[in-house]
Amino acid sequence: MSIDSMTPDLVKKHFKVIGNRVRRPDGVDKVTGRARYGADYNLPGQLVALVLRSPHAHALIEKIDTSKAEKLAGVKAVITSKDLPDHTQGDRGLLDILENCMARKKALYDGHAVAAVAAIDAATARKALKLINVTYKILPHVTDVDEALKHGAPVIHDHVYTEGLSEKPTRPSNHCKYAEYGHGDVEAGFRDADVVISRSFKTEQTHQGYIEPHSVTASVSPDGTAEMFVCTQGHFVYRNQCAALLGLDANKLRVTASEIGGGFGGKTHIWAEPLALALSRKANRPVKLTMTRDEVFRATGPTSSTSVDVKIGAKKDGTITAAFAELRYHGGCFPGNWAELGAMTSFACYDLKNVKSVAKDAIVNRPKTAAYRAPSAPMAAFAVESVVDEVAKAIGMDPLDFRIKNAAKEGTKSSYGPVYGPIGIGPTLQAAKNHPHMKAPLGKNMGRGVACGFWFNFGGQTCVDVNIAADGTVTVAQGTIDVGGSRASIAMAVAEELGISYENVRSIVADTSSLGHNDMTDGSRGTFSSSMAAIFASRNAVKVLRERAAKMWEISIGEVEWKDGAAHAVGAHHGNRSPLSLKEIAAQAGTTGGPVAGHAEITADGAGVSFGTHIADVEVDLETGRSTVKRYTVIQDAGKALHPSYVEGQYQGGAAQGIGWALNEEYVYGKDGRLQNAGFLDYRIPVCSDLPMIDTQILEIANPHHPYGVRGVGETPIVPPLATLGIAVTNATGVRQTHIPMSPPRVLLSLMSKMK
Amino acid sequence: MSNRHTILLWGALRPHADGAFSISVEAATIRELFRILSEKYPGMEAHIKRGVAVSINGKIYRDQWDTALPQDAEIYLLPRVPGG
Repeated sequence: MSIDSMTPDLVKKHFKVIGNRVRRPDGVDKVTGRARYGADYNLPGQLVALVLRSPHAHALIEKIDTSKAEKLAGVKAVITSKDLPDHTQGDRGLLDILENCMARKKALYDGHAVAAVAAIDAATARKALKLINVTYKILPHVTDVDEALKHGAPVIHDHVYTEGLSEKPTRPSNHCKYAEYGHGDVEAGFRDADVVISRSFKTEQTHQGYIEPHSVTASVSPDGTAEMFVCTQGHFVYRNQCAALLGLDANKLRVTASEIGGGFGGKTHIWAEPLALALSRKANRPVKLTMTRDEVFRATGPTSSTSVDVKIGAKKDGTITAAFAELRYHGGCFPGNWAELGAMTSFACYDLKNVKSVAKDAIVNRPKTAAYRAPSAPMAAFAVESVVDEVAKAIGMDPLDFRIKNAAKEGTKSSYGPVYGPIGIGPTLQAAKNHPHMKAPLGKNMGRGVACGFWFNFGGQTCVDVNIAADGTVTVAQGTIDVGGSRASIAMAVAEELGISYENVRSIVADTSSLGHNDMTDGSRGTFSSSMAAIFASRNAVKVLRERAAKMWEISIGEVEWKDGAAHAVGAHHGNRSPLSLKEIAAQAGTTGGPVAGHAEITADGAGVSFGTHIADVEVDLETGRSTVKRYTVIQDAGKALHPSYVEGQYQGGAAQGIGWALNEEYVYGKDGRLQNAGFLDYRIPVCSDLPMIDTQILEIANPHHPYGVRGVGETPIVPPLATLGIAVTNATGVRQTHIPMSPPRVLLSLMSKMK
Repeated sequence: MSNRHTILLWGALRPHADGAFSISVEAATIRELFRILSEKYPGMEAHIKRGVAVSINGKIYRDQWDTALPQDAEIYLLPRVPGG
């Protein structure tokens, strides 16, 4: 369906339901424990699955002997990579996914799956894992991004050659991709500058830290059909990938998504699901596989650790004359383009005449990197915004005024290429300048930081059904997972279009056999695209309702209008008829043509790019190096906030995760290449008592590509916090912070270096 | 009316067009553009299969290949960005 043909209206300005803070549809079930998360699904006769994982960072798998485990009473199936033959037909990306789920010739990181067991209970499965004998040949490993790129580093894959160079390299290496973005002449720009500042930065690897571990319950029938109940950000994508890897037809695999206890990008990839399906197929019994927290840390998809160099030059009047960055990110043990995303976003907030970003993507012996909310942008923003702050101070200009002077605007050629249409960076910076937070006094050992950030957002394939029951109540079925409140917002959109109360609309996430394909919930697309499809589906339902009313009145549809939840006859001949409510029309559906429904299948392009500006006050204990966030404000453009509480929740959640990333969270690898802190005791995410109330300011600059003006809001809030807090701690301590997280030992070290 | 457009390339596509920053292509839609690029610059085909986004006057299209390429528009090819 073409969207343009369905959006003749201008962005709607006046709403009855939209913009209210209605009760969330999943609230009662979640606070009373009724809501079913991944591990809450059980099937008759199900087995317990456990996974044997490599204790080595890099090793050849010479032999796996499963014979003893298979003979253990209660064990129903043991699988290795031999039970997952390559069905990928030359698709290297898909083969990488399969190899990540189960090691084939080599274990590529500490925690890489090498075998899996299904048994009648967990104790038997644990015993069976101990009976599997794996013969490894340990290989040299590398876990640091800069070390991995050095000549002479252990080469992890012999089929990976650097992509993006003008000439193909003659040797494989860990440098999997090179990319450049920018325009103008940066060298000339630096010559024109009065002040030039260069700095190098590092950020450590973090996990999304979702509270719910991965869990899947799979059942493969001897007739070739299969079912899977799973915690995921995209059950259609899981269905398609698992079917391809298992050699199933997609329609044979029916996937039901559970409630989701957080994902933030980490549940956009399959990890354990093919193993559960393969075990079920081999055992001919349902199988449940639930990861432990240790497994989630070691064997799912954290973000990249990075190493970034930034150089910015400016004139004394505050004009940036040139900007350069080299960004080195890793994708874990498989190729990715994470540094490239960092390069695209690094200078996107600014209107620059001369700009260049160079991306170097690397492979290391760590788990496969996954997206984490605006993937790659927070680390780039940390480095760039820190130097922006330093340059502003060097020329004696307020850093916020410096940003406002150089902010991108409509017509700016973006640093990643295209010219911007209407964008919201200027208004968020101006709102920050005018915010009372900026004028609040600071206490002893406190510093204030301000930084901005950018993310792309996107839409994608979306399918929604609106079904009207005989009693006039409505169910809307979406296929995009509700991560951040899309069930509420699409129910509100349906109520708005049909002219009925929100309470009369029930919103559900349908399984993969009930709707057409839906992309997963990522790219801040859930509410943007599902509400758009829900609006179009409702408008189609309204057309059907008008047709039915016309039949009941025995007049033409042209003489029927829809208003306030009822059909109204119009014109000189029929205008005096009493309206027919949706309920009255629904009651007669059987005699006027059958059930009343509306459907929409769309590709929702036009999400529009997104900007945010954050302000933070931090107090640093100079004896311990501990930083405490005393006040935090998020300002971001939402286009139109369908449900302001959910939008505020996204802003607060992104800021909270960013604060944890900035101050504490870090994967710590030992010299042996093994992860040292795979648990929430040693990998510390912020809890409520660590955070102040995070204030929010929603700007509403309508997106012209959505009927209600909606923009995605879920990812941008995590982009500015690393930089905002880095600058705040710098201002509190007088030492430029260049290494994230700014954990107490690292801040103390920086203070000691200042004293020297 | 001519359907000839200047197509701006991001860095990874340039090696497949002899290092050019832009190329001239006659195409009415994104679908036709991708077909012609695959025929004329075989190295780009793998990128298109993996995912190429098209920015038309700053609006980014990832999937709507039937979108018309307007006259005098800025058309920029970009990698398809993932999200979290």
